[in-house]
Amino acid sequence: MQQEKFGEKDFQNIIGNLLRYGVWISLTVAFIGGVIYLIHHGHEVENYSVFQEKDRSIFEVISSVYQGAIHGSGTSIIFFGIILLFLTPIFRILLSLFSFLIEKDYLYTVITLIVILIISISVALGFSH
Amino acid sequence: MTVLTFTLIMILGAFLAGFIGSLSGLGGGIIIIPLLTVVLGVDIHYAIGAALVSVIATSSGSAAAYVKEGITNIRLGIFLEIATTIGAVGGALLSTIAPTSFIAVLFGLTLIFSAINSLRKKEEHIVLESSSLAKKLKLPGTYPTHDGQIMSYGTKNVVGGFGMMGVAGMMSGLLGIGSGAFKVIAMDNIMRIPFKVSTTTSNFMMGVTAMASSVIYIQKGYIEPGICMPVVIGVLFGAMAGAKVLVRTNPKKLRIFFACLILVLAVNMIYSGINGKI
Repeated sequence: MQQEKFGEKDFQNIIGNLLRYGVWISLTVAFIGGVIYLIHHGHEVENYSVFQEKDRSIFEVISSVYQGAIHGSGTSIIFFGIILLFLTPIFRILLSLFSFLIEKDYLYTVITLIVILIISISVALGFSH
Repeated sequence: MTVLTFTLIMILGAFLAGFIGSLSGLGGGIIIIPLLTVVLGVDIHYAIGAALVSVIATSSGSAAAYVKEGITNIRLGIFLEIATTIGAVGGALLSTIAPTSFIAVLFGLTLIFSAINSLRKKEEHIVLESSSLAKKLKLPGTYPTHDGQIMSYGTKNVVGGFGMMGVAGMMSGLLGIGSGAFKVIAMDNIMRIPFKVSTTTSNFMMGVTAMASSVIYIQKGYIEPGICMPVVIGVLFGAMAGAKVLVRTNPKKLRIFFACLILVLAVNMIYSGINGKI
């Protein structure tokens, strides 16, 4: 019996599965939130033609989504689903980082870290006081 | 209109957008925005936010299969993500200060460009030798063909491709689209990467690119849950239905039809933008 090393092919499989299940799980959550939202607010009049600009840090958003979701607010549960959807590519990047480290491909470890750094900067830049 | 009626209309519209986006090869995001703004009167910022969320969902979903088959060039994708994420962050910041009419007109022009680009006859030119920078970055790769053979390919003009990817990322962050047309130019025309690899790698990159600008969108309030939910679900199922139809039909005539349809939407969007109706 041949002992195969845990290599690139295995990571391709893991990344593929992560992407697929990540999308389905987050959409299921968003759908459940949508049903709850429509039950409570379906009869109200929409106001989507007017943009209300906000200026909240991502951490404020996450904590208010968390608060709302445990109280069963439909919009918060949808938002939670959307945040899960955003986490899918983040997990994908972290997995790649891990994969390059195991392969001892330090050039690509650094390249992946640069991408992570840019995303972190975007969190900081998007929130102006 | 009540929220319920509007939600149902949006699901239906998003399904159509996903369906047409997948048949025409333009992607659902680029069609959902004129549909939401011009036809349904939704504010363009909300439309951009919802489109970008649906781009993450559809691209991650379809990227999954290609990554497993080993067609996607993961190194190439991650390397070019440096360019697309920088561009996306810049584009998203620009979208928060740019006037709405400017965004609408730019979007219309991008739509026209993408529609024409989707009709252009594409020629495959695989190169076997690579530039020295491409070799240093380990960008040349292989992919499996239909008959199970392994094809290897080279990569050229890394700097040019990287720059074009930055533009693609900026358009994505500014307009909430996947900007597939720009990515294809960067990878096919400039870097000489085979179609199969460039389309799948572009799909693979989209999630991270869109994420980089989405964080800014969330903080600025572009992500309206009541709009995102029906749009994401509609686009995703529309894209899946489109992919099923695509296997059975010849998309050539459909593409011409959809390109005309998209041109009408684009002109409408530019007109509304100039008149300040968006």
